Amino acid sequence: MDTDKKLQILAERLRYIQDILGHRENDHSRLLASELAEIQSLEKNWAQERKVKALETLEELFDFAEKQLEQELTPMDRVRIVRHPQRICLKDILENVYDNYTEIGGQDEYSIDPSIVIARAYITRRSRGKAVHQPVMVIGQEKGHGQEFRNGGSVKPWGNAKALHYMKVAETENIPIHTYVFTPGAYPVEDYPGAAQQIAKNLYEMAALKVPVVAVFSEGGSGGAEAIALADMRLMLSHGYYSVISPEGGAAIEGRLRQGQRATPELIESCAKNLKITAEDNLRFGYIDRIIQEPPLGARPEHYDFFKLLRQEVVAATDEVFLKFKGIKFFRAMGVRRMERRRRQGAYTTENFYVRWGLNAAAKEDLVARRYARHARMSRWASRDSRPAKEKFMASVHDVGWSVYSFFKYDFLRKHQKVVVHTLEEVAAEVQYVVGKLLSPWRALRGMFNSKPALNHGKAKELTELSYWEDPAAGSGWRWVSPRAKEDKAITCPNATTHGCLDLWAPDLFGDHAGVCSYCGHHFPMEPQWFVNNICDAGSIYEFNAEIEAGNPLGYPGLDKKLDEAKQRTGMKSACRTFEARIDNTRVVVAMLTGTFRGGSVGAAEGEKFFQAAERALKKRFPFIAYVHGTAGIRIQEGTNGVIQMPRCTMAVRRYIDAGGLYMVIYDTNSYAGPVASFLGCSPYQFSVRSANIGFAGPGVIKETTGMDIPPDYHRAYRALSRGHIQGIWDRRELRANCIQALLTMGGRNVYYR
Amino acid sequence: MLDVTALLEEIKASPFEEMDILAPHTGVVSFPDISPGAKVYGPRGTWKEVPGTILATLERERNAKPIMASQAGDLAWLATDLAGTFVEAGTPIARIRHYLSKDEVQQIILKQALHLFRAPDRAKYYFTPEVDLKIKASGPRSVTVYEGLELFIMSRMKREAPVSYQGPEGVIYAVYFQHNQNVDAGDPLVGVCPPEQLPLIEDVVVRVQTEWQEQG
Repeated sequence: MDTDKKLQILAERLRYIQDILGHRENDHSRLLASELAEIQSLEKNWAQERKVKALETLEELFDFAEKQLEQELTPMDRVRIVRHPQRICLKDILENVYDNYTEIGGQDEYSIDPSIVIARAYITRRSRGKAVHQPVMVIGQEKGHGQEFRNGGSVKPWGNAKALHYMKVAETENIPIHTYVFTPGAYPVEDYPGAAQQIAKNLYEMAALKVPVVAVFSEGGSGGAEAIALADMRLMLSHGYYSVISPEGGAAIEGRLRQGQRATPELIESCAKNLKITAEDNLRFGYIDRIIQEPPLGARPEHYDFFKLLRQEVVAATDEVFLKFKGIKFFRAMGVRRMERRRRQGAYTTENFYVRWGLNAAAKEDLVARRYARHARMSRWASRDSRPAKEKFMASVHDVGWSVYSFFKYDFLRKHQKVVVHTLEEVAAEVQYVVGKLLSPWRALRGMFNSKPALNHGKAKELTELSYWEDPAAGSGWRWVSPRAKEDKAITCPNATTHGCLDLWAPDLFGDHAGVCSYCGHHFPMEPQWFVNNICDAGSIYEFNAEIEAGNPLGYPGLDKKLDEAKQRTGMKSACRTFEARIDNTRVVVAMLTGTFRGGSVGAAEGEKFFQAAERALKKRFPFIAYVHGTAGIRIQEGTNGVIQMPRCTMAVRRYIDAGGLYMVIYDTNSYAGPVASFLGCSPYQFSVRSANIGFAGPGVIKETTGMDIPPDYHRAYRALSRGHIQGIWDRRELRANCIQALLTMGGRNVYYR
Repeated sequence: MLDVTALLEEIKASPFEEMDILAPHTGVVSFPDISPGAKVYGPRGTWKEVPGTILATLERERNAKPIMASQAGDLAWLATDLAGTFVEAGTPIARIRHYLSKDEVQQIILKQALHLFRAPDRAKYYFTPEVDLKIKASGPRSVTVYEGLELFIMSRMKREAPVSYQGPEGVIYAVYFQHNQNVDAGDPLVGVCPPEQLPLIEDVVVRVQTEWQEQG
């Protein structure tokens, strides 16, 4: 190679090193820079032979330094690696990993969303001497080596909708899906279908997708990543990151920075470290299955050996998923295990075996069941359960008991009972008709002699009167009244300047009117107890899993103190309360996210409680209500232990809905981010009280990500309703009546009281 | 005839408006750390979502209510002598000196010089074809309007009705509505001025745009 060209390549390698080290000065990079500058200044006077020799030495020095730097990479360096324009992107993978592909629904900027790329591709393998093309649907975010229109892989809601569409196509065609996650996060706009609601839809559909999904993570930014990453096998590139929030976002929250202020590089570094975002961390937590080793300082498009390795890994992962459902698989399963063993030893090999990538109907059901079981096991370790072993054992016996009871009562007996009841109904109707006909002459005769029955005046008045005075002795009508109603003070409605509301007296507002302004209808936030005591029947609450406690699985500095303070203040052990209750004598399971406990943020404990509540509702055939008193999103200090609750709880909800239950979500105050973008947003019945804000990201994040100023009412419930994100808006004072109405009219075939 | 030059001179002589901020209701007034001469801001932001500077706090029934500046300007006077006392509704508690902007000056002049013809109902409005043709060919100022002239077509729910101009004779100085967009009842459709005043108004507008020094 020409020496000039070599020098240029080395200069580029140096620039890359400097880019990923960011502001940090490093001995290696300094040494490389000085050596390179020296050769650049002197080489013109050197003979060709000397030049070649010097460059060879310098190349070796670069290789050595890169290996050394590789050992010293910090989590933030890895973030800079995945964001670097030279980082491999999906188009490179399509070119180098698959044998043939056709991009679907997009050509560069001519696409509904250029940040997502979908392709039908195939991988060619040998089976008994013949070449076999194994088709696959490839879906992933595309960062595009600095192409501005790709938006850095930040997918808009309609891009995620397109991804979902082609997942369904893959399901119809019965071909596996490979997803590649290259996103810093979703593009947080609420325009239909809405960032949060579309991710929720994706998760909901993927939870029961009847084809295997293999996901490969490079940059896994929270909700944006989850939109395509609910998978049967998750691989991760060794220099990638998978996190609940970008380190910069985390630093802004930690440093309590206001809009426009910038976090210091040190704070960002420490956040990246504390959030435990690297591939090793996520493998240790159990949220990814395998790490694919990249070349030192990350894979770039010229690393052809890496693509070969990636191909092997992706094919092996797909094989492994399919093999779980094959009848005849003994030797090939052994082969997979051997590959795994070799991989652990650091040696890679292409095993020469063939697995047909297709599933029969029974295997598809099995696939979904295994996916559920896989997610059910995840993150259980990350929450604390302080119950003694005996109590845990009794609880599991209780669970099994209920499963058996439900099966006999609802599946076995009811099926037979239905036949008997229906037959009796038909017979009774026949008899009634015949008796009626036979007795009709006698009735006519009796009617001629009998006088008309006397009119009940009281009843007639009640039925014909338009309105009547309420009994003044009845009081406010609420069983539980907020302590704020005891304060003798006036409150100003936030809409006073625009709607002319007069001051409200606290005892009226919080006592009689359930926190609703009697002039404009603005709903003030109420305490979580208000719902528990006024919506559910008196004395019907039975709380379960109260001992599952929010912990600090990452050992995040300062979180323990904050949690202790929240536990002491609220008397709760996590932001989620789960209980059984009765509403108008109908038994329901309620999971309540409480805004007063760390903003209602969801971590491993909250997710576990929600998951178990959905399972309980399924076993008992009770309607399942998620009451969101408030949630700020996923608890960032728990990192991916929180994020994983998005797919996990969505799977529980999906399973419950598929089994014929009624899953209803009620938003009361502010509900944002992860939970809305998963297990809340996927409900077909979402209702909100009037003044709630519902959305994906707050105004500050939207401004920072998109550069757009958003109006103050952007997230209001009415806007959410007109965008089609929720199904209705309820007045808080009529919440109980509306719940009763919903229980009567909504839901699937299997709620017990039907 | 309106003497526009004199009006402009008058505005120039006192290029600000002073507004009193009154107590909206009874209560005990207290003041934050702000003194006369300080710069205050009215509601800001694209949607006026950022509230104005807090001038005072009025507490009634243990409900402390901030009283905020409604316009930007200088704080001319603050009723600091009332601090900690009970005031009646309507008691002046601050005075803001708001310096007029170019647009505001222009609006003041045009308000006095023009006759605004307002929309009788919420609907879409179009000029009648003859007027429309004339406007497109030579601009709105080529159209002379007089009492009873059929000037607009009001289109509501695909049904159209003619609207006649009511007011003094003159030329159309400004058109305030846009094609195919709904206009609320009471919003101005056109501004009309007598033809002899037209050059004068144009001159004043140019002078305001070039000469007016915005303060504060």
